[in-house]
Amino acid sequence: MAETPDVLQTLQAALFPQHLLAVHQYRAQPTVLLKREGLLEVARFLRDEETLQFNFLMDVTAVDYLKFGKSLASAPTLATPAPLPYYMMPKPQAEAWERGVSNDDYRFDVVYHVYSSVHGHRLRLKVPVATADPVVPSLTGLWHSANWFEREVWDMFGIRFEGHPNLRRILLYEEFKGHPLRKDYPIRKRQPLIGPVY
Amino acid sequence: MTPSATLPADPTRVTETRHMFLNMGPQHPAMHGIIQFILELDGERVVGADAEIGYLHRAFEKHGEYGPYNNVIPYTDRLNYVSPLINNFGYCLAVERLLGIEATERCQYIRVIMSELSRITDHLTCVGASGMELGAFTVFLYLIKAREWLWELVEAVTGARLTISYGRVGGVKADLPPGFAERTRKVLEQVRGVLLECDTLLTRNRIFVDRMQGTGVISKERAISYGITGPFLRGSGLALDTRKAQPYFVYDRMDFDVPTGEHGDNYDRYLVRMEEMEQSMRIVEQALAQLPGGPLNVDYEGRVLPADVMVDQAKMGQVAGFRGVHVALDPTLEGSTRGFHEAVNAGEKRAVLPAKEDTYGNIEGLMHHFKLIMLGHGIRPPQGEYYSAVEGANGELGFYIVSDGSDRPYRVRVHPPCFPIMGAVSEILVGDMVADIVPTFGSVNMIGGELDR
Repeated sequence: MAETPDVLQTLQAALFPQHLLAVHQYRAQPTVLLKREGLLEVARFLRDEETLQFNFLMDVTAVDYLKFGKSLASAPTLATPAPLPYYMMPKPQAEAWERGVSNDDYRFDVVYHVYSSVHGHRLRLKVPVATADPVVPSLTGLWHSANWFEREVWDMFGIRFEGHPNLRRILLYEEFKGHPLRKDYPIRKRQPLIGPVY
Repeated sequence: MTPSATLPADPTRVTETRHMFLNMGPQHPAMHGIIQFILELDGERVVGADAEIGYLHRAFEKHGEYGPYNNVIPYTDRLNYVSPLINNFGYCLAVERLLGIEATERCQYIRVIMSELSRITDHLTCVGASGMELGAFTVFLYLIKAREWLWELVEAVTGARLTISYGRVGGVKADLPPGFAERTRKVLEQVRGVLLECDTLLTRNRIFVDRMQGTGVISKERAISYGITGPFLRGSGLALDTRKAQPYFVYDRMDFDVPTGEHGDNYDRYLVRMEEMEQSMRIVEQALAQLPGGPLNVDYEGRVLPADVMVDQAKMGQVAGFRGVHVALDPTLEGSTRGFHEAVNAGEKRAVLPAKEDTYGNIEGLMHHFKLIMLGHGIRPPQGEYYSAVEGANGELGFYIVSDGSDRPYRVRVHPPCFPIMGAVSEILVGDMVADIVPTFGSVNMIGGELDR
């Protein structure tokens, strides 16, 4: 874990400033924001570079930022004119988190968590994706685990992975309409009944 | 034309061989869990396999976004329903790290103890069920009996067997019941006896070994590439354990070994699981020995009471307690009495609910409760994200939580440990016989609850 700042330094120094959108660390977890075009190149570098060796692709998921910070409950108070009581005030943070890109331009983040069992460090890669063109290059050629994880992201968010050998729905069924983890999918939406009719 | 005595050498009459497609599941007696394998068979040999999952999908992640932070905890019980405590604590740990708070030391020890007991129950189920599917029904009964003893312990602590909801952000629901340490030690001795018995029944049993050895093989490199963790990876020879690699709670103070196999087959994974149970019991014993008293300074015999507690009790009209008569709530049902509550919960008013006694008994407690429960208040981590990993019974159990500053998580993502394993199974099965699917699938220990979420 102690090497995490080095990870970022190696990344920044050795490679691709043209691909990096932002680099930051929050709660001791480093995050790299990448442009979509650079994902494959950077991922391959992360996996193969001697000092990094991220041999595990632990997790692939996505976040839909459509309603980020806009819900009624995320307002500081609910129609309470007085300031928050002391114990509800957020403690001053040594570090501030920010997304790095605008939520309006880029609706989704595809989030990759990689882990190196050799050095014992973790890194989070994020690739912002716009609503109009939700496509990301597939990492199935680099890690086998990407296969199912990317299918799940397609299933839940409708983000396509270019070059994926078998991009089918995984948890839901083929007749399902819409992608349920998108923030504009209503939680009570009904789906058509499928199956054999007797 | 007279028929010839022998068949003519007709080149068009060659016996045709074709691959057969076979659906195994979703309901199959030899498979625990609802899953469908679509198998392509050449005789009895599997040449292609595809796994269909999702039969137990119940929108855990979507539900998580629609309620306050504490509402996710009951859903996490149902993720891995054989070891629900680990899921509880994994989620709580992620929220705590996101908030930047730390549970008390006693609470950390309790979490370690309960996690390890859950790990043993999980491995007992896995080994027992695989044994049963291979014909060793006695082993199944013995191991489930041992699991029953452990679940009785869990029941004594949490008040439930499966739907425990014992973890809390910043602590746990209640302290350990009196006499827990002695009882646990006794149970662990009994469990050791059962394990020894099952070891003699299985480990050198010709039938069992023949079915397990050399089937379901995956190399270390393939396992890493598939993102497999836990006993499945350790059976292939990589000693990776989140408890050692990135210690959380108080695992860095525990002395335990990480067993590994070398062949990556079902038999090695069985041996790894058997050894891990022993290591878990070692951890539980160490943790029980080290369990600190914490800030608990109330004597429940009614003899020594600090002044502030005395005043609070007088406010509640419990004057009788001063004379040695003290009514203690049952910690498993009502939440903790105040002294216990302080011992196992962080003193963090932004996140931790007050003791029930305070909520019902004084206005400060009620207001505090209100500010955490009512709509639009609640736990509010600052905007940010955190991925926390704990070692579940099947491997790395990760929770990735994104907060947008509101009282409900913006995104809760679970990294289920058996998901990558199931992704690899369709490759592992290829080349084995149909009958080998059963032990291989048994050693995956697929848990539908966390696989399909």
